[in-house]
Amino acid sequence: MSTIIIAILVLAGLAAIFGALLGFASVRFKVEGNPVVDQVNDLLPQTQCGQCGFPGCKPYAEAIADGEKINKCPPGGESTIQALADLLGVEPEPLDAEHGAEKDVPMVAYIREDECIGCTKCIQACPVDAILGAAKQMHTVIVDECTGCDLCVEPCPVDCIDMVPQSTDTSSWYWQAPTTGVELIATDRRSITTEAHA
Amino acid sequence: MTHLIQLHEFDGGIHPPENKRQSNSRPIRKASLPAELVLPLHQHIGAPANPVVAVGDSVLKGQVIAEPEGFVSAPLHAPTSGKISAIEARQVPHASGLSETCIVIEPDGEETWAEHQGLCDALGLEHCDDIPKEKLIERIRDCGIAGMGGAGFPTAVKLHTGQHKIDTLILNGAECEPYITADDMLMREHASEVIRGAQILLQILGAERCLIGVEDNKPEAIVALEGALVQHNEEHHIDVVTIPTKYPSGGEKQLIQILTGKEVPSGGIPASLGIVCQNVGTAAAIADAVDLGRPLISRITTVTGDAVRDKGNWEVLLGTPVSHLLSLSGYRPAQRERVVMGGPMMGFALPTTDLPVVKTTNCLLAPTEKELPTNNPAMACIRCGLCADACPADLLPQQLYWFSKAQEFDKAEQHNLFDCIECGACSYVCPSEIPLVQYYRFSKGAIREERAAAEKAEQARIRYEARIERQEREKAEKEAKRKARAEAAAKAQSAKKEAPVAKEAPTTEPTTDADLEKLQKQLSAAQAAVAKTKEKLEAARENPEMADKIPAFESALTKTQDKIKTLAKEIAAAKKAAKAAPAATGPDKGDPNSPERLQKKWETAAARLDTARKRLEDAEAEGADTVDALRTGVEKQEARVAEAKAAYEAALKSGTDSKPTEATATKPDAEQLQKKLLAQKDRVEKARERLEMARAEKLDSVDALEKALNKQLEKLAAFEAQTSTTGEV
Repeated sequence: MSTIIIAILVLAGLAAIFGALLGFASVRFKVEGNPVVDQVNDLLPQTQCGQCGFPGCKPYAEAIADGEKINKCPPGGESTIQALADLLGVEPEPLDAEHGAEKDVPMVAYIREDECIGCTKCIQACPVDAILGAAKQMHTVIVDECTGCDLCVEPCPVDCIDMVPQSTDTSSWYWQAPTTGVELIATDRRSITTEAHA
Repeated sequence: MTHLIQLHEFDGGIHPPENKRQSNSRPIRKASLPAELVLPLHQHIGAPANPVVAVGDSVLKGQVIAEPEGFVSAPLHAPTSGKISAIEARQVPHASGLSETCIVIEPDGEETWAEHQGLCDALGLEHCDDIPKEKLIERIRDCGIAGMGGAGFPTAVKLHTGQHKIDTLILNGAECEPYITADDMLMREHASEVIRGAQILLQILGAERCLIGVEDNKPEAIVALEGALVQHNEEHHIDVVTIPTKYPSGGEKQLIQILTGKEVPSGGIPASLGIVCQNVGTAAAIADAVDLGRPLISRITTVTGDAVRDKGNWEVLLGTPVSHLLSLSGYRPAQRERVVMGGPMMGFALPTTDLPVVKTTNCLLAPTEKELPTNNPAMACIRCGLCADACPADLLPQQLYWFSKAQEFDKAEQHNLFDCIECGACSYVCPSEIPLVQYYRFSKGAIREERAAAEKAEQARIRYEARIERQEREKAEKEAKRKARAEAAAKAQSAKKEAPVAKEAPTTEPTTDADLEKLQKQLSAAQAAVAKTKEKLEAARENPEMADKIPAFESALTKTQDKIKTLAKEIAAAKKAAKAAPAATGPDKGDPNSPERLQKKWETAAARLDTARKRLEDAEAEGADTVDALRTGVEKQEARVAEAKAAYEAALKSGTDSKPTEATATKPDAEQLQKKLLAQKDRVEKARERLEMARAEKLDSVDALEKALNKQLEKLAAFEAQTSTTGEV
């Protein structure tokens, strides 16, 4: 009988100790905010274009953490969807065409400067402050900071903003993957080359 | 050789046919001046140089034509005297075939040198060994020297070793790639400059020893260097080390391993091992720069391959078109013409021969199809593992190939893709002729691009967050300002409430006016808000979905209505204050009982009555709860008008009594009275109309309107009486 009581007491004591320990840990090492939001936000392309229907990448990341679909980001495209699916452990879905299509080449805004009237509307629209200018002064785009989000194009009253593909120079150019043709084995190739010679 | 150097071996490597005999059997020739020199601003690793000349300028040989931009950059000098004919985008010798900004010089054939002198003379020192190392590095930078072995890293930057203590300088004279003999010929003919360059580098680095690594297939170069060592009396510091011929022993990391047995850690630099490695060509250029003050404007380039008749080495000015050099060498373009810049292992085919020779052009190879066949189509990888045996960097080329092909870049990176030196040994040994290096180059580029994109995204995120924060701050500031203003207004209000009794200060007048306006504005805003809220409330009542919002709307409505009431009170108070103020100031301005003033008073009272009536009408039409209040207001106003009128008449009478002879003064009065009489008649008409309308609609305001009409009639009668009396006068 006493052994049973001792066992119960020991177990109860252990439970109390570990309960206290866990309680302390949960207070001491409390994580502020939702860490998933930051992880999702890191995967999003940060163009801040709002094509997903949220006013920026962070709000969309918060929505994803709350169960929003992961296929609403056209600038990120399939690779971002795949990365989000891996992170959240959900099935990747094809990009939702409702929010726009993925672009092949990164674009940047270009202001035709002699047509600019200096209305500052595009400056207010730019989510990353990449447009420089003042009222009644010509505006220009800081190319290195432009995310190609298109948000400045619509507010321009004189339609002087174009989206142009980002140019490649020798420092950003890199070799393309070799085009893989039919991979023949040596004996097959020999017959093909002899045919060609004949 | 004075010391016994223990040689080590690196894993892998290959022994391709050397093909060096064709071009190293005759001395270096000087290439003639071409019709134009094209100088790309970006001939080195780092930022492109910034042009400091304009089109049409005349330049002298050795004159700076572009300044370095930033720390990792190099200036550019005019290779000959002449005129700048263009600064424009031209195709540059790069694997991409893209265009970049170039300075084009049209030579005048004079070859007039710009003023230049050795650093020792320039500083006016007696002992040239005393030159401070900062001055030496500065001179090397000013002379535009960049690594001449192939990569083109600015030499001055490489000599800033920071905290690393350097004990060994290695000069790379291995020249392991087939066909190329530029360094071989340089060591043979300019051994003295190479040794002098080594001395200068030792002085800069403070290193104890220098090793010059030369492959054993260049015995003439070794002999020449040994001779120069004796000549410079440097046998105790500098060693010429003969190393076995194996490709790629000329790779920086491989040469360091051969000579010292140390391996440069992955992602590290040789300086962390206390070693600095420079090409022999760079050393010779440094000697020229420091001793003679000559910037880097020419280099030695091998022109070889079976498609050229006259193979050999040329001392060629930078910017000379490849086609010019090829025609000097007797180039016979075959059917499948191909000119490679660099060697057969690491070089790239030029898209055209109109490209210039740059600081890193060590070889132009024009092979025939038979000599260097174009690649056959790749076959499937048979996993033979020859590539892994050949890899000098101890990587797993096969794994890297699979990962690159499947674009699994993270895995490729885990397999140390970035330690690949792209030597091409794996592709050379591959029995399936897979262009392995091209896969690695692609992967590296894609990974770099991904990194750049991630960096840009991070930057965009920071900027976006900063913007949001700024907007919120601005909003908060605005709010705070608004609050402060409201508080100040409230304070002024309470102060005023106490003030009018205590002191009848004339200074309150302007403030009260301003306050009055503000209050009225607020009142109208509040009224608009009430109207809106009412609309919303009605909409909410009709729409069952919004039913839960009704209480909120109702509370908002009552709040705004309360606000309106308080505002109305405030306005009344402010008006009172405003009225009190002129009354107080009145005595200073002369007789307050003069007929003119009284008349004015009367007129303003009448005007106010009109507006009060209008408001009453509006209120009645809308059925608002303020109708009663307004009505009493109107009545009061009427009484005031009557009072004012009586006062005016009395004053007028006394005026006419005292000045009966002044008919001129009274005549205008008569006219005015006439006008007023007409106006009064109008008013009576209007009042009648209103009364009738009210009767027709059976409004409860009928009584009030009747009263008003009676009063107006009374007034009319009074006016008529007045007119008749003034008419008599």
